[in-house]
Amino acid sequence: MSEEYNDNKTVHAQSSETISGGTSGVAPDIDYVRPAEIPEQDLYHGHSFITKWVFCQDAKVIGVQYFLLATFTGIIGLILSWLMRLQLGFPGAAGFMTAEHYYQFVTMHGMIMVVYFLTALFLGGFGNYLIPLMVGARDMVFPYLNMVSFWMFFIAVLVLLSSFFVPGGPTGAGWTLYPPQTILEGTPGSGAGILLMCLSLILFVAGFTMGGLNYLITVLQARTRGMTLMRMPLTVWGIFTATVLAMLAFPALLVGALMMSLDKVLGTSFFMPTILKAGEVLEYGGGSPILFQHLFWFFGHPEVYIVALPAFGIISDLISVHSRKNIFGYRMMVWAIVGIGGLSFFVWAHHMYVSGMNPWFGFFFATTTLIIAVPTAMKVYNWILTLWRGNIRMNTVMLWCLGFIVTFVNGGITGIFLGNVSVDVPLSDTYFVIAHFHMVMGIAPLMVIMGAVYHWFPLVAGKFLDEKLGKWHFWLTFLGAYSIYFPMHYLGFIGVPRRYFEMYDSPYMTSAVGMNEFISLAAFLVGAAQFILIYNIIRALKVGKPAGHNPWQACSLEWLTPKVPPEHGNWGDRLPVVHRWAYDYSVPGAKEDFITQTTAPSEVVDTGVEKT
Amino acid sequence: MSDPKIEGYVFKPGFSGMAKDTGSDQTMFKGVHWGKAMMWIFLLSDTFIFSCFLISYMKGRGSTLVDWPYPSEVFGLHVFGVDVPLLLIAIMTFVLITSSGTMALAVKYGYEKNRKMCGWLILATAIGGLTFVGMQAFEWSKLIHEGVRPWENPFGAPQFGSFFFMITGFHGTHVSIGVIFLFIYAYKTFAGHYDERKRGWFTTMKGDYVEIEILGLYWHFVDLVWVFIFAFFYLW
Repeated sequence: MSEEYNDNKTVHAQSSETISGGTSGVAPDIDYVRPAEIPEQDLYHGHSFITKWVFCQDAKVIGVQYFLLATFTGIIGLILSWLMRLQLGFPGAAGFMTAEHYYQFVTMHGMIMVVYFLTALFLGGFGNYLIPLMVGARDMVFPYLNMVSFWMFFIAVLVLLSSFFVPGGPTGAGWTLYPPQTILEGTPGSGAGILLMCLSLILFVAGFTMGGLNYLITVLQARTRGMTLMRMPLTVWGIFTATVLAMLAFPALLVGALMMSLDKVLGTSFFMPTILKAGEVLEYGGGSPILFQHLFWFFGHPEVYIVALPAFGIISDLISVHSRKNIFGYRMMVWAIVGIGGLSFFVWAHHMYVSGMNPWFGFFFATTTLIIAVPTAMKVYNWILTLWRGNIRMNTVMLWCLGFIVTFVNGGITGIFLGNVSVDVPLSDTYFVIAHFHMVMGIAPLMVIMGAVYHWFPLVAGKFLDEKLGKWHFWLTFLGAYSIYFPMHYLGFIGVPRRYFEMYDSPYMTSAVGMNEFISLAAFLVGAAQFILIYNIIRALKVGKPAGHNPWQACSLEWLTPKVPPEHGNWGDRLPVVHRWAYDYSVPGAKEDFITQTTAPSEVVDTGVEKT
Repeated sequence: MSDPKIEGYVFKPGFSGMAKDTGSDQTMFKGVHWGKAMMWIFLLSDTFIFSCFLISYMKGRGSTLVDWPYPSEVFGLHVFGVDVPLLLIAIMTFVLITSSGTMALAVKYGYEKNRKMCGWLILATAIGGLTFVGMQAFEWSKLIHEGVRPWENPFGAPQFGSFFFMITGFHGTHVSIGVIFLFIYAYKTFAGHYDERKRGWFTTMKGDYVEIEILGLYWHFVDLVWVFIFAFFYLW
């Protein structure tokens, strides 16, 4: 509570849009919110099964569609990782596995998990479902375009998966797709595989742009009355900023993919230097492979934050709700999200320390990379300070939140190792890198997704997920993930290189053999544990405990719809009117330990609520 | 009519006032139709695409070991017994910039509910765009006849052909998409869809003259990009 409001109980419950200085002794109306400035949205209501559930324009249904399709591709990525771990832990155990297959699985696993699973799930899934609800809109501003966005994503996934069935199989060049080897013979899938990959990425970018425009404009131009930017839940801030990054970063990927396709199909030499192959000079010449790396990582690094920022936002809300405390330093959290987003465009070449670029570049990018640790660390401190002396509910959601903080800090610290050129060079292309990025942008965001699923499932389906199964799911995933990635740091230190199909008889590697077996077993376990969630969801849909209205006693708008689950149009006859931020938990003097965003100031006059 | 009017909203003065207005409730850009804001952000994203193309081009041109072809010769035309450098491209640029002017007028007449004038001007814009694409096709075929290919170039560095065809092709695609939409919008204007607020065929949204301004934003952007391509390819 800020001091300036302490002496006057009526004023400190005011909304920020109060008319100041009411005329001649008339007390100002503390519940005043400016009148609506945008006309009511005109929605298309589907009538048939197809317009309601398939080609649906309702952002909530589109969100669920995104979620399901992303999960489906994610499971394919998971199976690929099982196959890779099978080969690494027990070489030759899978009879069909050749080195070519291994590289193809590595590539597809990486691309699927980063782009088609995490990005689509956070922005397409949670973004579509939560943005209109959380800002108090009836739907996205352009529902038709939103629908096309999902179906573009659908086609992109089909194209991606079809590359498993073309001659030569999918591309095996690693998810970074570095030329020249990507499109040269000898690399698996250098024919149709890489073309389908490029095409799929282009379709994904086009589809994502359609959705992304909707997320941005809905946040900017379609909030409900009283919903100021600094009253938005951090989830919306995270998804919003991530979408801005996506709109500016994906163009580089699109251009890179297009130029690579032209190099392959038309024989241009954008990325192809003069190449000697078996004593013969190839047709290519004069291009720059480093150019592709710059384009790729100009996309690739913001992509990390496209995944991380929604996770940051969502976790802030989950921690706040389940520790019954307002988020510590809300404005700092917002500016940290925005600052990380901005900085993420100036760090890309830290992925390229060993590419042969000018060493001064490394100096610059190491500096910017370490600067980004400042806002990130601020966020971690604020999460912990939110938990501090909170009324913590030790439920499944909170477990995932705590798991996230631990894994994220862990992955972040190894990031400081890798951000420094001199430490990165020896660790480059070892399992240390694998451990780092899986910890920080694999497991940590996954923890958030799981927490978010347990948190918002009662909203989407109206039923609770089972807590006992949820806790099993959490502990198996959390301990299992540590069993996988903690030993990998050590493997990296002893110099085990990544992307090796088999280690053969390397003498320095003997200590790695047992560890690899252990990691593989843990990986099988963690993968299998994810099916607990699927079982839990199916079970909850059938016999789950009904959740009712606002089961977590949350303040934010998405829980305050007239019907649960919310129907098309979200708000029934009247749009909600917002009077405060989304974090009025445990306010002194309030009847309950939460004051919803729609509660008018006159209803909570004698409480210690802050002006937000 | 177009942008929503906000009754009684007084913009606050100064930088802090701007911050307050921007962070206020409901809308960030006060009184701006959401469609216009959406197009602006799309154009920002598109700017990044063209920037990536042009920066790649500069990198390719800067690092090639073979001489870059001399633009006024490659792009020159031989008319009436004289070699005129950059003749075709000058006409193309003129046509495209003029079409921007007719587009701006179409927006103006649209907001004045002058259906006929608006329709004719959109049609004029579309024809200007079509002329541009046609002349670009002529330019391409001339270069191809002279032996320039995406993978080779008799006048010097092969990257010239690659970048030229890719970037002008990508821009030409933008123009072509614009032309298609211009024709559709011209039809819709003449048929009175915007006056009657008829619903869109696919979007099911009520028609509004603001759509013409939104398309206009795109069209001006395509012209602006052309100015950069013109400068980087033909004048450098």
